[in-house]
Amino acid sequence: MAILSQTEAQAILKKVLGFSKADECEATLNGQSGGNVRSARNAISTSGGIDNVSLTVESRFGKRSGVATCNQFDDATLRTCVTRAEEIARLAPESPEYMPLLGPQKYLPLPPTFAKATADITPDYRAAQVGSSMVICDERKLSSAAFLNDSAGFVAKRNSKGLEAYQQLSGLEFSITVRTPDGTGSGYATADYNDASKFDAKTLTRIAADKAAGSRNAKALEPGKYTVILEPAALVANTDASLLQALMSALDARNADEGRSFLSKKGGGNRKGEKLFDERVTIYSDPTNAEVPDLMFSGDGRPQQRTTWIEKGVVKNLYSSQYWAQKAGIPDIPRPGGWIMEGGTQSVQDLIKGTAKGILVTRLWYIRPVDPQTLLYTGLTRDGTFYIENGQIKFPVKNFRFNESPIIMLNNLEAIGKPVRVGGNLVPPLKIRDFTFTSLSDAV
Amino acid sequence: MKRRDFVGLTGLATGALWLPSFPGFSGTLVDPARLLEPGLDVAVKKRLADAALNTAKAAGATYADVRIGRYLNQSVFTREKQVQNIASGESFGAGVRVIANGTWGFASTNTVTEAGMAQAAKLAVQIAKANSKVQKEPVKLAPQKGQGVVSWKTPILVNAFEVPVKEKVELLLAANAAALDNGASFVNSALFQVNEQKYFASTDGSYIDQDVHRIWPNFSVTAIDRASGKFRSREALSAPMGMGYEYLQPKAEDKIAGPAGTGLVGYRNSFDMLADAALAAKQAKEKLTAKSVTAGKYDLVLDPNHLGLTIHESVGHPTELDRVLGYEANYAGTSFATLDWKAKGQPYGSKLVNIVADKLQANSLGAVGYDDEGVPTKEWNIIKDGKLVDYQKIRDQAHIVNQNESDGCCYADSWSSVQFQRMPNISLKPGTQKLSVDDMIKGVDKGIYIAGRGSFSIDQQRYNSQFGGQVFYAIEKGKIAGMLEDVAYQTNTLEFWGSCAAICDASDYRLFGSFFDGKGQPPQVSAVSHGSATTRFNAVNVINTARKI
Repeated sequence: MAILSQTEAQAILKKVLGFSKADECEATLNGQSGGNVRSARNAISTSGGIDNVSLTVESRFGKRSGVATCNQFDDATLRTCVTRAEEIARLAPESPEYMPLLGPQKYLPLPPTFAKATADITPDYRAAQVGSSMVICDERKLSSAAFLNDSAGFVAKRNSKGLEAYQQLSGLEFSITVRTPDGTGSGYATADYNDASKFDAKTLTRIAADKAAGSRNAKALEPGKYTVILEPAALVANTDASLLQALMSALDARNADEGRSFLSKKGGGNRKGEKLFDERVTIYSDPTNAEVPDLMFSGDGRPQQRTTWIEKGVVKNLYSSQYWAQKAGIPDIPRPGGWIMEGGTQSVQDLIKGTAKGILVTRLWYIRPVDPQTLLYTGLTRDGTFYIENGQIKFPVKNFRFNESPIIMLNNLEAIGKPVRVGGNLVPPLKIRDFTFTSLSDAV
Repeated sequence: MKRRDFVGLTGLATGALWLPSFPGFSGTLVDPARLLEPGLDVAVKKRLADAALNTAKAAGATYADVRIGRYLNQSVFTREKQVQNIASGESFGAGVRVIANGTWGFASTNTVTEAGMAQAAKLAVQIAKANSKVQKEPVKLAPQKGQGVVSWKTPILVNAFEVPVKEKVELLLAANAAALDNGASFVNSALFQVNEQKYFASTDGSYIDQDVHRIWPNFSVTAIDRASGKFRSREALSAPMGMGYEYLQPKAEDKIAGPAGTGLVGYRNSFDMLADAALAAKQAKEKLTAKSVTAGKYDLVLDPNHLGLTIHESVGHPTELDRVLGYEANYAGTSFATLDWKAKGQPYGSKLVNIVADKLQANSLGAVGYDDEGVPTKEWNIIKDGKLVDYQKIRDQAHIVNQNESDGCCYADSWSSVQFQRMPNISLKPGTQKLSVDDMIKGVDKGIYIAGRGSFSIDQQRYNSQFGGQVFYAIEKGKIAGMLEDVAYQTNTLEFWGSCAAICDASDYRLFGSFFDGKGQPPQVSAVSHGSATTRFNAVNVINTARKI
């Protein structure tokens, strides 16, 4: 049931719009089918599944809007759902930020967001992948905890102004933490894909296991400013806030214009067009990129286009709601899904080779905003932190707490490596000078 | 798959008008009136539960439990003079958990009929049997006497869902107006309300019907100095509570004056949203020109509305037994407070530190009659006279620490989520000697008073933490000496609790809480309270967080 074809989905949506008595009506179908397996201490701890299609109906009378949802699709349920959205709309206050629904839109050709291999995943496949990972850890007398989550589905949208959209998506994410039995070493690896046929738990398990074994008996270094090599998983996280995602999330035009963003300008306005980062920093989004294909439309139906956010260190674009774009008279650009930071050709190993003294960081954790004025964040290193000298990893070091802003970090850029996929984004490893570690942590 | 790919495409998350209402909520959006309609009759729920339990047993389960849940919520969001979103949600279904071949299995369904329940039970047994092939040790459950047919209800005075939405909107807009009238540039406010109608039945012979209510009003007030480009915010000093709408009907006896010279007011069992919004605006403006702190060691005097979060992170999470054992290693992390560490008997804190866990406290978020595996709730010691004496554990964990009783802190955030160990209320006992906040401050030579929840971060084993706050005041020679900014303290859990030097008496005791505490993969939320009185910690490392960009 979870993956309706375009024809099936649009047939339901047409019927929904047919039941509408509102001035405007938009209906969205969202289907998802998938499962997950969680393991700890080299054994499966929990597993679960999801198979659901839900309908969201937004009805509008003038500037009043109401939303209702349902997950059954017989005529009576659909009719009730539409009626409920209309009742809620009639009771709702008028929105001063009302914008009419969009009419027909032109979307880019569909990228490969859906892979049959992912949609065909079975419980046996999940158990086999996690099982193969546990075997490696058993053999090496290490303890693992892992999570494998996959889903496949679709989104379909239609409204009374003629907008029509449909796209299928699939995805798999895997993460693993491997620890030594004495608790003195810990390693981590993660990866995500649209196409599950690219996934192999064993490869990622070996990376995490090597880091766990290699991080035993870490030495304490004094906190202070260090040259660091931040692996991509230290820059963007699937499960937590992150330094680069924090920067991307801050590119909101309204916050900047309202004076409550690092992009706000003294005296009013925003800093779009200013060079705020090292000239090697270029970040864009492109939903058609084959490595990180994404949805072609935003939640309100606006097309997602290739958009340059930062080019050679200069802020080129900010995203906004339709309302704010119209009010401020700025380009109407929706917030992107994933994004791509341009990089070079060097691997993490290459970056290590070119480092006289520095610290390799596998991952950062519990990252929280400290000061939105400067985008200062705090958090800690975790699961594999190593001292580098003369181009080689010398020894593991104890974890640090950092207090750092991605803005300062991207001005202290030493080198950019080759981007890899993390959390649906393409992120290069970065070598940064004067990264600020403010205290030591005993955590392993 | 990025969750936002799917969730972001529902009408809930599109643009400013439709904000996501409840993290993890997977139900349907309904008319507010629906929230007052009765759920299934208890006799029907018993029949449905028995259908699942009997099927599970017939399929080979040695234990089974069923949760039939109707989860209701409503959120109201406003900014300045306008409503942003009002969403009312209902989620109804059942989860069946079984042990077969010594292994857990779980399945859920929203087809709450005898046939649907039986099918979910069969599936749960199938999953248990499949997973048993890689199981190394069979599940061992602490014994639990059946409770028979019982019920429990949060003792609310006013069901928040009975209050017209219009009245709630008016309250939030009035709070916004109070902030704007006092100099705020912007203000966002929100009200979250939850009602869990949960029915639990197990093969132990329990049939438990519970009606649980929670509420959380919150706001964020921002002041901006356009000339300098500086902006500062101050959030509400409310707490999420296990109460009805009576929490939003302020009473004089619930107001506790903060330190002389701050104008602050602490709130116990009711919150004056308008008064706090007005004060927040003044304080947000004052923050724009407050003195930037000089980094160094200070004696900290921490208000309960701030200290609750520090308790949560540095005592609540590290004493969860599943974390201690490694079950959360790949996500939230493990704990320094291992079984070996506890066995050594080292101090967790000074002798003043007595921390209790409970699922009973009146008005708390954790209060229920029975947990989500049918265990009657209780209170127990976690830290006594500065030493770790126990953990938080559920039925399948008790044997690991040589105990034969669950603590009753098992919880699932939905009928479709499997229940697991979640934090009960974790609270610092007030001091036994009479001590007011002003008297505490009189004894501080060089210190900082902190109120409100700010930035918070702690490592994956809960040693090193950094906390900010909402408002900071310098204490010099026993007196409040003006507002400070750019304050955060960095500390080690054992050093921090070891530096606990004084605790105000019970007259200052209040609850703080977390409405959306996250744990697990896939993540689940839970709500938990933390009580304390204002407490002094000596010689804590304070950093200055100001930066130039």
